[in-house]
Amino acid sequence: MVGVSVPRKEGAPKVTGTAQYVDDLSFEGMIYGATVRSTIARGRITKIEFDGNIPWDEFVIVTAKDVPGKNVVSLITDDQPILAETQINHPEEPILLLAHKDRHLLPLAVAAVKIEYDELPSVHSIEDSERCQEVVWGTDNIFKTYTIDKGNVDEVWKDAAWIVEGEYTTGAQEQLYIENNGVIAQWSEQDGVTVWGSMQCPFYVHKALIALTGLPAEKVRVLQTETGGAFGGKEDYPSIIAGHAVLLAKKAGVPVKIVYDRMEDMAATTKRHPSRTRHRTAVDKDGRLLGAEIEFVIDGGAYATLSPVVLSRGTIHAGGPYYWPSIRVRSKAVATNTPPHGAFRGFGAPQSLFALERHMDYVARTIGLAPDEFRRRNLLRPGQTTATAQEIREPIDMQHLLDRALELSDYHAKTALFAKTNANSSKKKGLGIAAFLHGAGFTGSGERYLNALVGVEANERGDVRVLVSSTEFGQGTNTILCQIAAETLGLEYDDISMAPIDTHVVPNSGPTVASRTAMIIGKLVQTAAIEMRQKLVDAGLLGEDTGREAFRAACGEYTQTIGRLNGCGRYQAPPNVYWDDAKYMGEAYPAFGWAVYVAEVTVDMTTYSVTVDDFVALQEVGRVLHPVLAAGQIEGGVAQGIGYALYENIVWNKGRMLNNQMTNYIMPTSQDLPPIRVYFEEVPYAYGPYGAKGIGELPMDGPAPAILNAVVAATGMEFRSIPLLPEDIFTALAVSHKEHGVAV
Amino acid sequence: MSASRQQIRFTVNGREAVVSAYPMARLLDVLRNDLALTGTKEGCGEGECGSCSVLLDGELVNSCLVPVLQVHGADVQTVEGFASEALHPVQKAFLECGGAQCGICTPGMIVATVNLLRNHPKPTMEQIREGLNGNLCRCTGYTRIFEAVRSAAEQVPAEALERPTRAKESSR
Repeated sequence: MVGVSVPRKEGAPKVTGTAQYVDDLSFEGMIYGATVRSTIARGRITKIEFDGNIPWDEFVIVTAKDVPGKNVVSLITDDQPILAETQINHPEEPILLLAHKDRHLLPLAVAAVKIEYDELPSVHSIEDSERCQEVVWGTDNIFKTYTIDKGNVDEVWKDAAWIVEGEYTTGAQEQLYIENNGVIAQWSEQDGVTVWGSMQCPFYVHKALIALTGLPAEKVRVLQTETGGAFGGKEDYPSIIAGHAVLLAKKAGVPVKIVYDRMEDMAATTKRHPSRTRHRTAVDKDGRLLGAEIEFVIDGGAYATLSPVVLSRGTIHAGGPYYWPSIRVRSKAVATNTPPHGAFRGFGAPQSLFALERHMDYVARTIGLAPDEFRRRNLLRPGQTTATAQEIREPIDMQHLLDRALELSDYHAKTALFAKTNANSSKKKGLGIAAFLHGAGFTGSGERYLNALVGVEANERGDVRVLVSSTEFGQGTNTILCQIAAETLGLEYDDISMAPIDTHVVPNSGPTVASRTAMIIGKLVQTAAIEMRQKLVDAGLLGEDTGREAFRAACGEYTQTIGRLNGCGRYQAPPNVYWDDAKYMGEAYPAFGWAVYVAEVTVDMTTYSVTVDDFVALQEVGRVLHPVLAAGQIEGGVAQGIGYALYENIVWNKGRMLNNQMTNYIMPTSQDLPPIRVYFEEVPYAYGPYGAKGIGELPMDGPAPAILNAVVAATGMEFRSIPLLPEDIFTALAVSHKEHGVAV
Repeated sequence: MSASRQQIRFTVNGREAVVSAYPMARLLDVLRNDLALTGTKEGCGEGECGSCSVLLDGELVNSCLVPVLQVHGADVQTVEGFASEALHPVQKAFLECGGAQCGICTPGMIVATVNLLRNHPKPTMEQIREGLNGNLCRCTGYTRIFEAVRSAAEQVPAEALERPTRAKESSR
């Protein structure tokens, strides 16, 4: 069962169009909600007027005054209001909510609310935020800082044969799930609130609604509807939309649906954090890393939201898959007057790994080694330690992954060939490497705090249900968890189903994030299934090695004579896992996925466009539970990474996204992508279900640096920022020609 | 929407439909709200993503860009029109090859694939890439969608791609 590509559990409804997404649902008496947002980046509201030819008496209108509990979006730091009272801290900040039965009237009504402001100076870059001329958050514009300090960095510089410095930046990126955010809420005095919506983390919404409404936990019920993509973009923002819909539903007395259109979703909801990374690296005469100082900064936007956690993952990954005898990483998340940046696949790691892998190429060229050879000399080996002094206990072989990726991409022959052909061609070709790792599960003590709980239960016929709050949004949660249960119980895949994601039904297995579902939740499903089966054995109803029919008969007997049959799994940390939150040292993650990617590109020196011609993605993610789903995760992640590197550019004006449409925010189409060749090495992980590790985020980390390294190899020019657009290449060429006295 | 509602008659998935709608109402909204055919999805509302793809008199269109007035007397096929008791071979191929992940682009992708295979029963890779270039998918990187199309092309019987015959030619 495990390792077999069974059909996706909810596949049939998806391919027939019968799967129910939130906008497909309708309830008796339901009306529609909309959000009035700030048009300025920072200031104070002085006046609100309801203008125009709008029948305002037909509208339900909600302001911050209507919040029954605390006016916060409860997540980590309670700094973000669900509706602004007077202070505005970013464009598109929610101020007022409107609801009406005619959804076509709502945009006109939103436009007819006139808000006047006293504008204040605003901050829109990491550098402006650091200057602190305007303090826009706390006392110093800093949400969070971390320092990792391993070895003795101050001593390495005197022994270095080379000291190489570089600065790298990455832009924001929109998740661009094709289903926009949306929620339906219902309020009744008797039952409290019920919310249906597109989301990753039903218990985050649950927690936020308890704070907002002041209701007890049992009177807040959250149900996930089929979710049309998320990628992190539906981790924290659904708490805001759900809060808005609940406030409207309470006042309206009928169910309220809020579904964003594309422009609102792109302008108002979270994106990947922009970043700046500075590297200073000491290398000895043999090309071995002695040490590094890395400064990693991310732009968190106007409120803290998830930035401290994104920063943490980015910080820990900043040293990558290399052995650093000494390394110091200092990092901070700063505030700007931009809508808060949030979770997006990779969660900080794509940013710091872009910088590292671009820098590794730069160092290699500077010291006269080939990029693959420099990496080979420094890749982590079992027994060595990461930047947080975590010992590598898994038998990983990064040197082997590197060699195999070079072979699969025909790296050496092609590099030699292109060195000859590029000279006389306007189409320059090159190959680039990225070697990286990605931690699976929550960082440090995170999984212990989450304390995930999972259940399985069987009815009298022996049909089994899996109960988790881990959501399906395309990755394959439903399918792999059912496979694991079936394998553990000796049943057929079709014997297992998933309980609906409903906070009144399923236990809290934590959020569906951080590449934790397969590895952490999958293991707990296995544990729960073993416990349930053992109950049958202990009751004398089942032998140790009996099959499906015996299991079914035993379930019938058990439920009749003893009662409900179920099992549960509670998180237990693997042995020898120790994390020091103060020093940021120790076992940062239960396990890592490891990868080497190679991109081949053509840079057209007439149009300055870059095309990716071939892409090799080789990774070690433990045992592959479902080959088709796993490859699908890698291919999709690589496609998003190609977009991140070459296409996806957000045009900002004072914190406001100007290109908030699919027409002018460009993601890859079916004609923009190379063949994405996916390969797995499988080293079973002892503490994962049937040897599996996390996989979802890993493929986001490698493509951007591999592609930029390939562009650098093709052109001989240094590019240190993404997205890398044709105009950037043109500008760089123009500057370089000017410096060399060549006409462009 | 200043004009008043009109009666619009057209065929959807082989059945006659009569709706009272504003002439400039989007076909997408009429399908979803008046006819409860929610398989057709809205992704962008401006004809970029293709999630709302339907066949209008056999032509692939974005239903978010079609005023319902334009379909008076026409024949519309949505994703709901392909599965009868069993999955349509194209749907089966998407399911088996992993061509659907989150599923939100899938209905439009399946409609576009049917259109592609009608025009190119044995499509080349370039024809597949071009035939689906109006349908955005954020999950798959398209690789497994291409495989689904290739697999469908191998398996799909010609009659599964036939355009539905219309009861009578309409006066448009």
